[in-house]
Amino acid sequence: MKFAVIVFPGSNCDLDMYHAIKDELGEEVEYVWHDETDLSGFDGVLLPGGFSYGDYLRCGAISRFSNVMSEVVKAAEAGKPVLGVCNGFQVLTEAGLLPGALLRNKNLKFMCRTVGLKVENNETQFTSAYQKGEVIQIPIAHGEGNYFCDEETLARLKENNQIVFTYASENPNGSIEDIAGIINEKGNVLGMMPHPERAANDIMGGSDGLALFKSIVKQWRESHVSHA
Amino acid sequence: MSVMLEPNPEQIKEQKIYTQMGMSDEEFEMAEKILGRLPNYTETGLFSVMWSEHCSYKNSKPVLRKFPTKGPQVLQGPGEGAGIVDIGDGQAVVFKMESHNHPSAIEPYQGAATGVGGIIRDVFSMGARPIAMLNSLRFGELKTPRVKYLFEEVVAGIAGYGNCIGIPTVGGEIQFDDCYEGNPLVNAMCVGLINHEDIQKGIAAGEGNTVMYAGAKTGRDGIHGATFASEELTEASEEKRPAVQVGDPFMEKLLLEACLEVVKSDALVGIQDMGAAGLTSSSAEMASKAGHGVELNLDYIPQRETGMTAYEMMLSESQERMLIVVKKGREEEIVKIFDKYGLDCVAVGKVTNDKMLRLLHKGEVVAEVPADALAEEAPVYYKPSSVPAYFTEYQAMENVEPVVTDYKETLLNLLQQPTIASKEWVYDQYDYQVRTSTVVTPGSDAAVVRVRGTNKGLAMTTDCNSRYIYLDPVVGGKIAVAEAARNVVCSGAKPLAITDCLNFGNPENPEIFWQLEKSADGISEACIALDSPVIGGNVSLYNERSGTAVYPTPTIGLVGLVEDLAHVTTQDVKQAGDIVYVIGETKTEFGGSELQKLVEKRIFGQAPSIDLEVEATRQKSLLSAIKSGFVQSAHDIAEGGLAVALAEKAFGANGLGVEVTLNGSAITALFSESQSRFLVSVKPENAAKFEAIVNDAVKIGAVTDSNKVEITNEDGTEWISGSVDEFRSAWKGAIPCLLKSEA
Amino acid sequence: MKKVKVYVTLRESVLDPQGSAVMGALHSMNYKEVSDVRIGKFLELQIEESDRDLDTTVKEMCEKLLTNTVIEDYRYEVEEVAGK
Repeated sequence: MKFAVIVFPGSNCDLDMYHAIKDELGEEVEYVWHDETDLSGFDGVLLPGGFSYGDYLRCGAISRFSNVMSEVVKAAEAGKPVLGVCNGFQVLTEAGLLPGALLRNKNLKFMCRTVGLKVENNETQFTSAYQKGEVIQIPIAHGEGNYFCDEETLARLKENNQIVFTYASENPNGSIEDIAGIINEKGNVLGMMPHPERAANDIMGGSDGLALFKSIVKQWRESHVSHA
Repeated sequence: MSVMLEPNPEQIKEQKIYTQMGMSDEEFEMAEKILGRLPNYTETGLFSVMWSEHCSYKNSKPVLRKFPTKGPQVLQGPGEGAGIVDIGDGQAVVFKMESHNHPSAIEPYQGAATGVGGIIRDVFSMGARPIAMLNSLRFGELKTPRVKYLFEEVVAGIAGYGNCIGIPTVGGEIQFDDCYEGNPLVNAMCVGLINHEDIQKGIAAGEGNTVMYAGAKTGRDGIHGATFASEELTEASEEKRPAVQVGDPFMEKLLLEACLEVVKSDALVGIQDMGAAGLTSSSAEMASKAGHGVELNLDYIPQRETGMTAYEMMLSESQERMLIVVKKGREEEIVKIFDKYGLDCVAVGKVTNDKMLRLLHKGEVVAEVPADALAEEAPVYYKPSSVPAYFTEYQAMENVEPVVTDYKETLLNLLQQPTIASKEWVYDQYDYQVRTSTVVTPGSDAAVVRVRGTNKGLAMTTDCNSRYIYLDPVVGGKIAVAEAARNVVCSGAKPLAITDCLNFGNPENPEIFWQLEKSADGISEACIALDSPVIGGNVSLYNERSGTAVYPTPTIGLVGLVEDLAHVTTQDVKQAGDIVYVIGETKTEFGGSELQKLVEKRIFGQAPSIDLEVEATRQKSLLSAIKSGFVQSAHDIAEGGLAVALAEKAFGANGLGVEVTLNGSAITALFSESQSRFLVSVKPENAAKFEAIVNDAVKIGAVTDSNKVEITNEDGTEWISGSVDEFRSAWKGAIPCLLKSEA
Repeated sequence: MKKVKVYVTLRESVLDPQGSAVMGALHSMNYKEVSDVRIGKFLELQIEESDRDLDTTVKEMCEKLLTNTVIEDYRYEVEEVAGK
């Protein structure tokens, strides 16, 4: 399986995402600069964390107008897995691929720590390797991770089982309903604030995030073997 | 619009306008002699900024010459953007620490942020990829709204810049003392990695080669920042706010990526950051180092504001700019790289062979000064020094124990002193994990960052107990280096080299100069004994506020090599049943200690003693035991003494506790700050092997599963007993609690 | 030439922690009469004359880039820029 790691000016977790895929997962991966106009050669798209365009104006607001974003939309429409982490999640909401928006943390401070995440939905192509209700340890590092959406949207998220991860014990940023990660209705676009790519090797303090990437690959292998 | 006319050369001389720029009469005369004529306004500006202490080290050079700077491991010593040390396999580590004290006192967020930005540029201008940041901070006691504001904003500024650019802030230290109330210290250190073949130098070589300007546009910000940093802060300084620059970490991230692409090109001749004194220092220094000259046409300088004069452009300290020299005819290749990142890169001049820095503006030569005169030939002052009366008085004092009766209460109190208390409130705001290489995160003795693609790691720390240095600069200087080395050794690394940031008061005061001189002697001795030469650093003098100097604070940044990540050791105890050892003798030493400060509300007496030979031997044997795999956890005994270190060992381990038996006088045994001591835990089955290597280790107790800290006298009397949670919550809660409380 | 002043504010239903913090500070400074603080953004655009309808383009800019309508509202004012 071949992944694209999208690099916007100011992305800074691109390296982490790249190495998680290449070194820990052992799959193919390439960096794709924001002005590229073709993602057809890739099987999955990863939008990394960082401060694209310095987070100026609003997090992710400027990136969504990059050339490559129309390709990301195409990939999503084609049913390819698209994962946005942290700033990548913010870009996905700005681009309208996921509902809601991310506001400043309720304590107004950037926070970096490892938190417990509860797997609310393990019937997605991103979470099939987890148990439902399992609590995994994943680092967060953000200043604007406070998920917000209106009540109507929230009701829809719940009804469709689109809330994939919630903060298990403490809610670090004030997110509505402790939401840490959501998926689109079709089930192929996941956005989350915590960084699974930072929890991919025990020497870094944990590897609970690796199963997320393994789930993606497993689903892809299964569907591609059956099509072959 | 009114145009302010620049004074002519005669007016500059007669009205002594140069003094407003920080030049003395003698210095102006020197400049006149060098030129063989009176300097004009722009030229006076060039001299004044390049001959400021910040750029020339004119007051500290005689002291800096004392430092040992050589060793087989050193690839680049002081003099370039940052020093470089070999780590084997064709790789090297690049690091430097720099102060941004004065800007941070005036505008703490931007002052700290641009300090971080500046030191990062120093590292990537060498061609290195920055992989970690550390910060050494000093503030007044967290009692007044102003100090709390400075503290919160400095931390926010460091976080804002470092998080955005994506370099993990992995460690450092913070201390609080009244002497820093009006003049906080903000020292930032950056560590980078490089392959030997990519090492760059800031030189303008090859006559006819093109000088190019890359990065942010030049505005009027920070004009005369370097001179500002070389003056004492006064109440009026707050009105100098325009001298503080604003950082743009997004721009710097792009500049960083572009420069690291550019250094791979053989079209590049030299590259240097436009730091303090901006265009002036970068052009003059690059020319001088290469034995060449540089001619700049200021019409081509990308400008953010209109109507800028030559003086303003040359002295601007706008951030995120680089000066690069490119082989003639190959400019397009370089422009293309910057263009990919949306950055300006324009030819602004050429390398000449006449050793002059020549500036053209609107068709005229507006300045012509020998580059060496600016960069190398600044005056050097040998300041008088004298022994302060307090020192003689303190040296004559006996070491006595401060009196406390409730030891548990005392330990709880010490754990709540902000210097000792958990800094989680601070590092929680720093992204310390980006680049997914941080093996040991903030909070342990030293941070460890792996070298991706190898099984090696780099351990790094900053340290400086300025109270000891105030009491005895020679001994205190030795302790600063030794403690930094201890931190790194405890993490499983061999110390490689140090960088330093010499923060002192006004050197015109002979007693301050004495502190500077003597602490440099102490640092030098320790560097030799511990085989860690000085590979660079910076000097920040005039750290005074309304006549009161800060304690002498020569911050040490030390990097060590972890040869195999399997050697990485942390301070937390690991398993119940493990044996707890103390290494090193405990004497009655309380001069400058936390307990003395707590009980007496001031510091006095002699600093703790240190024997560098013992220190070196002990560090070597402990490291050898760690590398042999016999050590479960290791922690040096520092501020607050053994009781604090012991409690800290239990804080990171869920449910475990420690139970030890000590002897002698309780106050000394528990709280003395004797040097060269460690606390380690060892599995019982490795005890004999461990003791064979570390033959002065003394068994004092064991790790338990009781979740308690228990310290007993050898006669069975209980000295301290309490739950780990109780101690931990005092230690963790102290800083957030101080910040919340009303002043 | 026109100068367009765009005011971006958080929608009423959206919590504004920054605003609450500022209100807390004002209260502690004894300005107890302050009952709410909302923090927004202010943008100034210089816009050259063109064939396109100014109101339409400004609205477009606001809705596409300058605000996120999920969380933000906007309003704007147009001023003539005097002289050339």
